[in-house]
Amino acid sequence: MYINVLEILEDSAKKYPDKIALKDAEHEITYTELVKQAKQIASFIMKKGEWQSTPVAVCIDRNIESIILFLGIVYSGNFYVPLDVNMPAERVSLILEDLKPRLLLASKNQELEGYECIPYEQCFLEEILEKELQAVRERMIDTDPLYAIFTSGSTGKPKGVLVSHRSVIDLVEQFRITFPFPKEPVFGNQAPFDFDVSVKDIYNSLMLGGTVVVIPKQCFSMPLKLIEYLNEQRINTIIWAVSAMRIVENFKTFAKAVPKYLQLVMFSGEIMPVRVLNYWRSYVNAHYVNLYGPTEITCNCSYYLIDREFEAEESLPIGKAFRNTEIFLLNQENNTVIREQNVQGEICVRGSCLALGYYKDEEKTAKAFAQTPVHAFYPEKIYHTGDMGYYNDRGELMFASRMDYQIKHMGHRIELGEIEVVINAVEGIDAAVCVFDTKHEKIVLCYQCNAENVDAAAMKTRIVDKLKSRLPKFMWPNRYEYYEKLPLNKNGKIDRVALRRIYEES
Amino acid sequence: MDELKQILEEIRPDIDFKKETSLIDDGVLDSFDIISIVGELNMTYDIEINVEDLLPENFNSMEAIYELVCKLQEE
Repeated sequence: MYINVLEILEDSAKKYPDKIALKDAEHEITYTELVKQAKQIASFIMKKGEWQSTPVAVCIDRNIESIILFLGIVYSGNFYVPLDVNMPAERVSLILEDLKPRLLLASKNQELEGYECIPYEQCFLEEILEKELQAVRERMIDTDPLYAIFTSGSTGKPKGVLVSHRSVIDLVEQFRITFPFPKEPVFGNQAPFDFDVSVKDIYNSLMLGGTVVVIPKQCFSMPLKLIEYLNEQRINTIIWAVSAMRIVENFKTFAKAVPKYLQLVMFSGEIMPVRVLNYWRSYVNAHYVNLYGPTEITCNCSYYLIDREFEAEESLPIGKAFRNTEIFLLNQENNTVIREQNVQGEICVRGSCLALGYYKDEEKTAKAFAQTPVHAFYPEKIYHTGDMGYYNDRGELMFASRMDYQIKHMGHRIELGEIEVVINAVEGIDAAVCVFDTKHEKIVLCYQCNAENVDAAAMKTRIVDKLKSRLPKFMWPNRYEYYEKLPLNKNGKIDRVALRRIYEES
Repeated sequence: MDELKQILEEIRPDIDFKKETSLIDDGVLDSFDIISIVGELNMTYDIEINVEDLLPENFNSMEAIYELVCKLQEE
């Protein structure tokens, strides 16, 4: 039984020493060399200090160096935190202030004002400290943290979801027995490394002795290039965000070029429109899997292997729980498990897949990862997803809606509250709320000003300036609506429901 | 060109489109920007930008986008 993801890596390195493990537009590395370099990085870290289970941040890029650094950090007995330094500086510092990483390693010589980033070439110690590495390994257990990934937080501060070795080992073991992977899988990585979708590429590939090909970002803007790349690299397995598959459909790409090697197509992140799925299925003969789950339960807790035809107006099931995971629906009072069909409840999860919690945030952790309401006889945590679901007539689990103001937009998970906190801090703003117009897929900012004689254009410039320094682009409102007075509901609060209706119907 | 600039700035208010010349090559525009831009251009100029037109050289600068629009309008 595996207790450390490095055992998975080392097993594959023994079986396929000369096989290419990782590859990007510029470099590639074999399994043997990957183990060696990761150990050299670990040795470098250990020379810097004898730390155990502490965060080491990585400035990521679309390159294999990011993954090599991750594994090096794991060998050193610490956990890695992928960081996109292209995010606005204030958000990066917000995360770093909270995290206080021991070291900051750059995968591509990134620099960060106010912090020491160690350039990639300098992260190696030529001589591997085998004895020390061995000692570290003996101390490690499977519930030690493996990585932390930051996600949008409703109070304006991103939350670091901390995930253990155990959870990732469980994930890849269940994937291996559940899905028809090709004999020699070549994974086409689409997801950035600060998204947990990429965790599936990395560790499934290590588990199966496959190859991860990091697809250049530009390919996703130029879809014909993307197909060319898939064919050139003979990519046969993709685990993508729904948004990436939609781009291909949006431009009717397959009329001009079709991927030739794809055998397994998995998607997650938001609701897959049946129109898009049908488009793919009509050109690419492969197995298709709908995956569901938030970062807090380690990528996915349920799956649906597409086994029948769907009409455009139907919804895809999120299916059923993976082995060693239980999903159940809880009623509004949070005290009864719903088993009958077509009754909605909150999707709750238990299993080894549960994250350790939010890093340095006991309060939020306690709220989301709570004692099961089923009994109080011994500690047993379940995760409250905040998603509403129900069972359809076939007994398959379906996603219904969110319980709060979290949205999925362009493949990103966004708390509207986080945007509102930033905009409410702009001088002259009296009140601001964001609503998500699901029909046009736009974040609509509705605001009122307290300053007299405000020019709407000047106000917008002021808001954009603030956004630039605080939030990544995907969180910016797509529409700005000035209100002299925002509508209120009968409780005297801004009427979000009415606002949303206005924009969805327009 | 002014109208085009307005369209582009509406989608990406943070970019100086007069200056940038490698919008795609440097990854300034991402896939979602391209979708939004193509959608807007198709609607505003009553053209149909084809997947074959989606090449870096057609989108690297405002100038290049303008030329693409003109070319498609003539067709």
